[in-house]
Amino acid sequence: MFHLAFLVPLFPLIGSIVNGFFGLRIGKKAVGWVACGTVAFSFLVTLLMLGQLLFTPAEERLFEQTLFTWMAAGDFNAAFGFQIDPLSMVMMMVVTGVGFLIHVYSIGYMHDEYSYYRFFAYLNLFMFSMLLLVMGNNFLMMFIGWEGVGLCSYFLIGYYFEKKSACDAGTKAFVMNRVGDFAFLLAIMYIFYLFGTIDYTEVFHAAPEKLILGAEPVTIITLLLFVGATGKSAQIPLYTWLPDAMEGPTPVSALIHAATMVTAGVYMVVRCSVLFNMAPFSMSVVAFIGGGTAIFAATIGMTQFDIKRVLAYSTVSQIGYMFLACGVGAYTAAIFHLVTHAFFKACLFLGSGSVIHGLHGEQDMRKMGDLKKHQPVTYITFLISTLAIAGIFPLSGFFSKDEILYHALMDGNTILWGMGVTGALLTAFYMFRLVFMTFWGESRVDPHVHPHESPKVMTLPLVILAGLAAFGGLLGIPLVHGWHALHNWLEPVLHFDMASTLEHSKHLLHEVGRHAPHWEALLIEPEENIWIEISLMLLSLTVALTGIAGAYFCYVKKPGLPDELIKGQWGYDLVKNKYEVDEFYDATFVEPTIQGSLLLWKKGDAQGIDGAVNGVAQILGWCGQQARVVQSGFVRNYALFMVLGFIMLLFIMFF
Amino acid sequence: MFLTFLTFLPLIGAIVLAFMPKEQEGAIKQTALAFAVADFLLSLQLWADFDNTTHLMQFEFSVPWISSWGINYHVGIDGISLLLYVMTTLLTMISIIASWEVKKEIKLYMMAMLSLSTGMLGVFVALDFFLFYAFWEFQLVPMYLIIGIWGGPRRIYAAVKFFLYTAVGSLLMLVAIIWIYFHIQEATGIFTTDLMYITEHLNLDLATQKWLFMAFFLAFAIKVPMFPFHTWLPDAHVEAPTAGSVILAGVLLKMGTYGFLRFNLPLFPFACNVFLPYIAWLSIIGIIYGALVSLVQEDLKKLVAYSSVSHLGFVMLGIFAFNHYGIQGALLQNLNHGFSTGALFLLVGMIYDRRHTRLISEFGGLSKQMPKYAICFMIIALSSIGLPGTNGFVGEFLILLGIFQVNGLWAAFATSGVIFAACYILWMFQRVMFMELKNPKNANLPDLNLREMVTLVPIIILVFWIGFYPKPFLKTFEPTVAHLIKQVGPDNFKPGAQHNEHAGLIQKDEIAKLQKKLNREKENPKF
Repeated sequence: MFHLAFLVPLFPLIGSIVNGFFGLRIGKKAVGWVACGTVAFSFLVTLLMLGQLLFTPAEERLFEQTLFTWMAAGDFNAAFGFQIDPLSMVMMMVVTGVGFLIHVYSIGYMHDEYSYYRFFAYLNLFMFSMLLLVMGNNFLMMFIGWEGVGLCSYFLIGYYFEKKSACDAGTKAFVMNRVGDFAFLLAIMYIFYLFGTIDYTEVFHAAPEKLILGAEPVTIITLLLFVGATGKSAQIPLYTWLPDAMEGPTPVSALIHAATMVTAGVYMVVRCSVLFNMAPFSMSVVAFIGGGTAIFAATIGMTQFDIKRVLAYSTVSQIGYMFLACGVGAYTAAIFHLVTHAFFKACLFLGSGSVIHGLHGEQDMRKMGDLKKHQPVTYITFLISTLAIAGIFPLSGFFSKDEILYHALMDGNTILWGMGVTGALLTAFYMFRLVFMTFWGESRVDPHVHPHESPKVMTLPLVILAGLAAFGGLLGIPLVHGWHALHNWLEPVLHFDMASTLEHSKHLLHEVGRHAPHWEALLIEPEENIWIEISLMLLSLTVALTGIAGAYFCYVKKPGLPDELIKGQWGYDLVKNKYEVDEFYDATFVEPTIQGSLLLWKKGDAQGIDGAVNGVAQILGWCGQQARVVQSGFVRNYALFMVLGFIMLLFIMFF
Repeated sequence: MFLTFLTFLPLIGAIVLAFMPKEQEGAIKQTALAFAVADFLLSLQLWADFDNTTHLMQFEFSVPWISSWGINYHVGIDGISLLLYVMTTLLTMISIIASWEVKKEIKLYMMAMLSLSTGMLGVFVALDFFLFYAFWEFQLVPMYLIIGIWGGPRRIYAAVKFFLYTAVGSLLMLVAIIWIYFHIQEATGIFTTDLMYITEHLNLDLATQKWLFMAFFLAFAIKVPMFPFHTWLPDAHVEAPTAGSVILAGVLLKMGTYGFLRFNLPLFPFACNVFLPYIAWLSIIGIIYGALVSLVQEDLKKLVAYSSVSHLGFVMLGIFAFNHYGIQGALLQNLNHGFSTGALFLLVGMIYDRRHTRLISEFGGLSKQMPKYAICFMIIALSSIGLPGTNGFVGEFLILLGIFQVNGLWAAFATSGVIFAACYILWMFQRVMFMELKNPKNANLPDLNLREMVTLVPIIILVFWIGFYPKPFLKTFEPTVAHLIKQVGPDNFKPGAQHNEHAGLIQKDEIAKLQKKLNREKENPKF
């Protein structure tokens, strides 16, 4: 089965080409079939491979397929190859599975669009790139996918290209991602410089033997990789593109800007877990950036009124959780949350799309309310997913979030744990604020608009996703040893022998005559303590319920209260204006670059260099002008010069 | 002989055109095109017959020309020049198709194009200093005419600037060539301008190498153009007709980078290593400066012209990495730049033909009106910013990988160019192609016609071919580059075996010092 791996990305590529070139001719129905059909085939092939992987002994679950040599120069060799292992399999399942549902949903959502085919061509191209990203067997393959998904994101954010805001958002997303990609590229080069290869297996095998734990090279590499991840996964400081990316059609927000692409950074960090394990400093950076982003974005989410923007900030915040998990070494928890988040956030976005669809394009929550009557299916699925993201037992988010919080406390420190808990409180609040404003209370809908439930092709994916959001927690049952399916599944990929790495590093340091620092702390494995875990669960459940109660109080019980509370509060305005970060970036990066460039052009080029060039020409011209005086054409002058010259000659000859 | 035939075939075409009556414009264009197509197809044969297992010159042909001065007509091709040669014939063909609508003096125009082609091809195959210099100067004339006669409103200023800039540079090179000519006679007793012989026997001390290096450097750096010798380029591009810009960017600039590879590296290896940091910094400044200035251009053509400065900075950086990745990447990026920037000029020319303006502010929202144009433009733009899967990425990545081996900081600065490239290209694209169509003059623009598609499609195929499967291209470079690296590497600083005692020796301690430095960098524990 594994030799069919190449089919998984190939199908969507074919779909994209067919729809891109012949989309207008074959008609909307066929376009939909092609787009969904190709993704369905990818999903089936993935399922088959999953089956085979399950029947392979755990330690042999690694299959590589090289299609051809992509780039080769000297001893550098980048293969166009795939790798199937438990980690990439999880990602492939999420990408093709959730991706398929969103494709189906899009048939309904995009039905009235003129360039329907263009949308599906981009969407399929995105699937292709995303699958390259997660399936590649070397860093450069990941990078093709990495930039490919960025490109598709650019196309899809700017799908309504006649709107200036959409174009701006697309360009912003691409450029900010490029800042991250710049760091990622440098990391790849550094990895090649150190290891002489960019193949995952070889690099991760050699790393513990070649690198010194905590030394500069591995720290620099991991920090560069993480900067790349902050760009793609919208973390501080490169997160501002994601809220703007909501200019794209809602299925795009669900697929690219919630479920798959933005979690690529998490995948990358987990993929490179060997390197990160060897760089404790980078790990704390990852953890604190993740935790910080989780709170920061959540506060902004509490103040927004655009339904999609709330969800966008929520995504930024939830990905922060995943990085927090990575930073404390709980990679399984990160991937677990990635999976459950893909379920509930895709469902939430698609649900918001259903609301927007039902209201003919209205996105402002102040013009919604009481929609649960009109859109019962959307409401129920949305509510399930909201409960999941808020972390209510026994929905999926409860398990994955708790696992992260547990590890933050045990492997990290109380500050990180505190960040996580605060984030959980805020999440429960702003998500229920959204639910209450949209589906409860009195209707504030424009009287000319008649809300209606969406067609089956849209609600069916919602129901399936809500089901996944509800039961996804079964992947990682806590407390009982050996029941955590995801943990067992990822074990072969994440396995890392800290003790022998330490020995190696000590040895390497000893060779160059340096002493090893005190690393013993790294070896201490926190003991699993069921009681702590249970009490943490109860605590976070309380926290979530508090958040929900707060939202209920503010938006259902006393709807006027929030307005009174915030009146004239400068702090609220600051948060509502997204901490003015966009303005800050404009003033510090964008404007100076443009003004500086103008200066370089007008002064540097036109006056400086060309001034010098033209100056030389003018001096030569001036010399010529002076010489012209001599050639006046008057014979008497010539005669004078002859006499003068003759006299000079005489002088030279006789003296 | 085959190579000579190929090189002079366009010139023969120009002569044939000279005898055709001026009024038969159709026939003139068809004849010119026929010659260009034939030249291109035959040059593909050259690639097919090329043996990519050896660094030696192939298809060599040598006859005495001015024997009393030891000047030979000596041509040949190796991995460095082969693909540049093929690209030249391809771009000539495309340029002639793109010039189909030229109205003024079409006969003279086509003659200039064809003779320009011979001049450029000659530069890439000449293996004799004198012959090289002859071709080098010869191609200036038709280019000067193309800008000066068929150019825009400020064409005379641009043409003179172009001519003078390049002529000044090449004069110093001529002095250096003459110096070498006499030096080699002194050292070996043979009067010759044969490049192969001189490369093998030239052995100079560091001071002399430095002087000669600088003389050649100026000529080539102006051509590339490297910062700060680039200001002729935007003017020349803005005023040149579309095909002129395509050739200028596609081929003429490559003569500069080719010159470095053919002359500076093998002839003055020691000086190359000494000047490396300066050239690297100039290239890095060029990369960033070119990109920043591109960002604020109001004229599309100027934007593309400045982006060339940035792209060629990458190429120079790759060459001076002196390793496989860097030089192969640079050679590939040479081609990539020829294709993608050539295509960008074609694309700009196409809307110029429709609207007679190139100001970005005049456009906006074209993609709805011209979907085919939008797709082609997008693909080329992405190739220009080096998106993986297009040709630009392969070249840029190898170059950066190469320079990273030399100095991580340089690599970091150079890599920042990929951010700026995205800024200027995408911002331009947005303002021209996206957003609402507000200007009523753009409301009825026709989409690309068949002829225009014909000029773009081959390039688009190449964009993806090189992007996904660059192996056939990289393979032709491999042995030649390996040999070149040996020539410029520290092992080559030893006084040559065939060396004559009259020739200046490289000082022993100088060698030791540099070798030590290079070896230290090599053996330095990586962690």
